[in-house]
Amino acid sequence: MGKLVTASRFDDPDAAYVALVEARRGLADDAAGALDLKLVLILANHIGDLDVLDEAIALAKSTSDR
Amino acid sequence: MAASISDKAAAVEHTARYRYDYVRSPDQDARPAARHPVVVVGAGPVGLTAAIDLALRRIPVVMLDDADRIGTGSRGICWSKRTLEIWDRLGVGERMVAHGVTWKLGKVFLGDAQVYSFDLLPEDGHKMPAFINLQQYFVEHALIDRVAEIDRIDLRWRNKVVALVRRNDGVRLTVDTPEGRYDLDADWVIAADGARSAVRGMLGLGFTGVTFEDKFLIADVRIAADFPTERRFWFDPPFHSGQSALMHKQPDCWRIDLQLGPDADSQEEQKPERVMPRLTKMFGDRALELEWVSIYQFNCRRLDRFIHGRVIFIGDAAHQVSPFGARGANSGVQDAENLAWKLAAVLGGQADAALIESYNRERTQAADENIAHSTRSTDFIAPRSPAERRLRNAVLALAPVAEFARRMVNSGRLSTATVYDTPLSTPDETTFAGSAELGAPAPDAPMRGRDGRQGYLLEWLRGDFCVLHVMNGARPTVPAGVNLFVVGDDIHDDSGVFTWRFDATPGATYVVRPDQHLAARFRDFDCAKVMRAIGRAKGA
Repeated sequence: MGKLVTASRFDDPDAAYVALVEARRGLADDAAGALDLKLVLILANHIGDLDVLDEAIALAKSTSDR
Repeated sequence: MAASISDKAAAVEHTARYRYDYVRSPDQDARPAARHPVVVVGAGPVGLTAAIDLALRRIPVVMLDDADRIGTGSRGICWSKRTLEIWDRLGVGERMVAHGVTWKLGKVFLGDAQVYSFDLLPEDGHKMPAFINLQQYFVEHALIDRVAEIDRIDLRWRNKVVALVRRNDGVRLTVDTPEGRYDLDADWVIAADGARSAVRGMLGLGFTGVTFEDKFLIADVRIAADFPTERRFWFDPPFHSGQSALMHKQPDCWRIDLQLGPDADSQEEQKPERVMPRLTKMFGDRALELEWVSIYQFNCRRLDRFIHGRVIFIGDAAHQVSPFGARGANSGVQDAENLAWKLAAVLGGQADAALIESYNRERTQAADENIAHSTRSTDFIAPRSPAERRLRNAVLALAPVAEFARRMVNSGRLSTATVYDTPLSTPDETTFAGSAELGAPAPDAPMRGRDGRQGYLLEWLRGDFCVLHVMNGARPTVPAGVNLFVVGDDIHDDSGVFTWRFDATPGATYVVRPDQHLAARFRDFDCAKVMRAIGRAKGA
């Protein structure tokens, strides 16, 4: 592990979470899923670093789903 | 030659565009069996290219093909710049370009809206275009015509290899003909007998790689229409909902590829009564004539090794890719060129047999590159699960509004020559700018000859190893047998394109392999270094 930052970077983490909640509020599962995929692509490109992306994927896959 | 719709596909299959006669060979009566330096099995574009290249290097070649005809389907249609440069060296490039449809613009549509376009050759100063479209039967016909001009090639139709025995110094083949079987010995056998290679089967060799489940319909269609000369690819078009479609212009008909998904019934889908409604949805009520139709499924895989003793695999017999990117036949032609000069050098005693191993190294590298690209394209075009499809669709949804997503849209990354990472190259001592790369084919550039003739660089770089030197005072002296071209004396770079592409400062010196790949480059001429580089490129 190296480049991926997992320490909190938002001044207001609750506001960031709420932004993601509100984006999907009222959406059906399919539409919410499509939104998430678009967000993944947009943010992955914004980061623009394959190493970070790989680390993020590894981290996401390492955690159990609830 | 076109069959009308009512003739049905079955009738189309039996139509031969060109027929060739079986002729009895004296080898069929030879006791003991006749022996030849090279036998090429399979007279497709790849085998024919290998045979012509070897013959022009003074190696006699026997070619065996189990058929006696070239069929009607277009099959491989997109021929890349590098392939055309190879054929030009072999004396058929201009014929191919004159007959083919030259194109360089590709457009990608989502639904009926264009999301992406690309220009494959945005710069001038190359003799050959980025791509031509030309049905494989025309390509094979032109190559067979070329074979007939060369007396060192003995092309035998209806000669089917039925058995093969490997020996330390060669191969014994048993060949079946309409007049019975005969044995034939070869120092080397080149297996160019395609995806279902019989030679590969006789050696019991398997593939490693991936098989894709999606089925695709391909059709050659005559349409009264004046669509532009460009590659058009659709994701989810209105006329073929939820699937992809590809359209290419050919000299006298259009080539249509329609994705059908994994569950399509191959037999049913080839029937004109199933095909015609699909085409009508695509083209409306324009008059259509269906010339050929087929269903295909594909693999991305290769042999672990392309060389098995004295049997060498080239083209689809060695590796297979999806058609998106035109990497199948084009890479096969490049296999043929890579092997031909090496085999000729070994048979001619100018190089040790160890040089052949570099064919395996360089062309497995190319195959891996082609397989990686075509697997990525296929993953995009035919996602393997609903989850993958949703991700792909998210990219397509973003493409109209975000440049990054347009760059991810993958309808096939079109074939370019591989830059060999090879021990045959002499590492650069200093850096070079420009577009020439060590291990890659020398980029072309306009050149004027001593006699005032306007031509192209690659027309000079033919035959054996060549040394290009940029004039810097006196002409250097080279040993006999070295083909030296002095830029500024023998050939002239009036446009400056060569100077830019090769970062050609005065004195700069380039060693070019017989397959036109750049083997070494130096800022100054040093005869010892040049000769060492040539020796290294011959596997010494």
